[in-house]
Amino acid sequence: MRLAVIGAGAVGSSVVELASDHGHSVTAFADSSSAVIDSAGIDTAEALDRKRTDGVVGSDEPADALSADYDVLVEATPTTLGDAEPGFGHVQTALERDRHAVLANKGPVAERYADVRSLERESDGSVLFEATVGGAMPILSTINDFDPSHITAVRGVLNGTANFILSRMATEGLDYEHVLAEAQDLGVAEADPTFDVDGTDAALKGVIIANVLSGDETEYTLDDAVVEGIQDISGSALELARADGRTVRLIAEVVEGSVRVGPRLVPDNAPLAVSGTRNIAQLETEHAGQLNISGRGAGGPETASAVLADIGRL
Amino acid sequence: MSDSTDEVRSYTVRLELVDEPGELLRALDPIANNGGNLLSIFHERGNVTPRGHIPVEVDLEATPERFDGIVDALRDAGINVIQAGAEQYSEALTIILTGHLVNTDLSDTLSRIHESTDATVTDLSLSAPEGTDDASSARIRLATEEGAVDETMSAIRAVADEKGLHVIEPLAAGGEA
Repeated sequence: MRLAVIGAGAVGSSVVELASDHGHSVTAFADSSSAVIDSAGIDTAEALDRKRTDGVVGSDEPADALSADYDVLVEATPTTLGDAEPGFGHVQTALERDRHAVLANKGPVAERYADVRSLERESDGSVLFEATVGGAMPILSTINDFDPSHITAVRGVLNGTANFILSRMATEGLDYEHVLAEAQDLGVAEADPTFDVDGTDAALKGVIIANVLSGDETEYTLDDAVVEGIQDISGSALELARADGRTVRLIAEVVEGSVRVGPRLVPDNAPLAVSGTRNIAQLETEHAGQLNISGRGAGGPETASAVLADIGRL
Repeated sequence: MSDSTDEVRSYTVRLELVDEPGELLRALDPIANNGGNLLSIFHERGNVTPRGHIPVEVDLEATPERFDGIVDALRDAGINVIQAGAEQYSEALTIILTGHLVNTDLSDTLSRIHESTDATVTDLSLSAPEGTDDASSARIRLATEEGAVDETMSAIRAVADEKGLHVIEPLAAGGEA
């Protein structure tokens, strides 16, 4: 497949780097201010090198990447809320050109799912977005394999930053501010960790799961989710939980058409009590009990692997 | 299914006793005297309700007719019968409350959870590392009727909201995740 990769952050860059390893070529690669386009395949090493040294991927216009020759558009720009632009527009352009779109950007499928699906119906191209939920973990494809109608609930730890903070607080007896600063030093938390710790990121993933579970019947957006973060969790609360064989995890729960994210008590030895930055999704199946999928929920190569797996499914 | 009135069935009666000598015996007499067969007595001695009473759970066998007589006799004897019936308090629920628990009257918070939901507080641990004037946390275990967990949780949320407290809820009924 020929790929146009839009977005040159950790995920976009990793897709470009790993594409040839998966038998694909990259014909266009763009960040917000520059692009490199070559219908015969760009020199990926050179583009990534330029991005590192000069902050640009090439000398072409970013807008031209959208109209370049490609089979699959990979949307890996930062997630935006509301109208989900510019990511949504990129997906729209690809579908209107009857090309496939594979998303790592949560915005379009969390905030405008029905619009994305309706564009897809009019197009010869397909939309896949495994990378938007749980990084490398095959959550959405497993739901689709089982058929969403046979999944009654999904619960999971879908934000590694929040999970790292809660597990460090619990094991070290440290308070929230202290562990957050440590997480930022380690690069586990971003300089602005708001979306990770206030539950927004996990809620977007929950909303995407809810959209997949409902088929095309009901559309969910972030406004439909009940969201609570971990900022108010105290060391003493974690200590009390621990003395009772429990711990606190930021859980995203999708059940019977509701999406809820908040800190919840779980038994210490429960599958959902993963530690560190690890993520887990627990599917409640109609005929096969619980199914746990655990792994790395974020990171460039991890998320790029999910993008490339989607491309393989097209 | 037979539901004849002379068929012996098992019942659980939940009582709250005043902490005085002889109270337990006084509560058991009406059961024996009215044809009840005692199966077990769970005397939660170390566990005082918000009103300072000691919860006692009695399992017994009796015919439905005799059982009604037992409950009447208990009440006539001035025994506080909290729950009488075939249904048990079978779901345990653990929550953590955080915030200014002490300043917002923890005992009132517990009483109101108890009164509005029929759930019983069976265990309480308080942690106030910064002193009782600062934010603290409490782990509370409740016994609630089967199927009443959602109702209990919404009552807890309402009390917590009103007092500006924060509830960390269990993931699923009984904390089984």
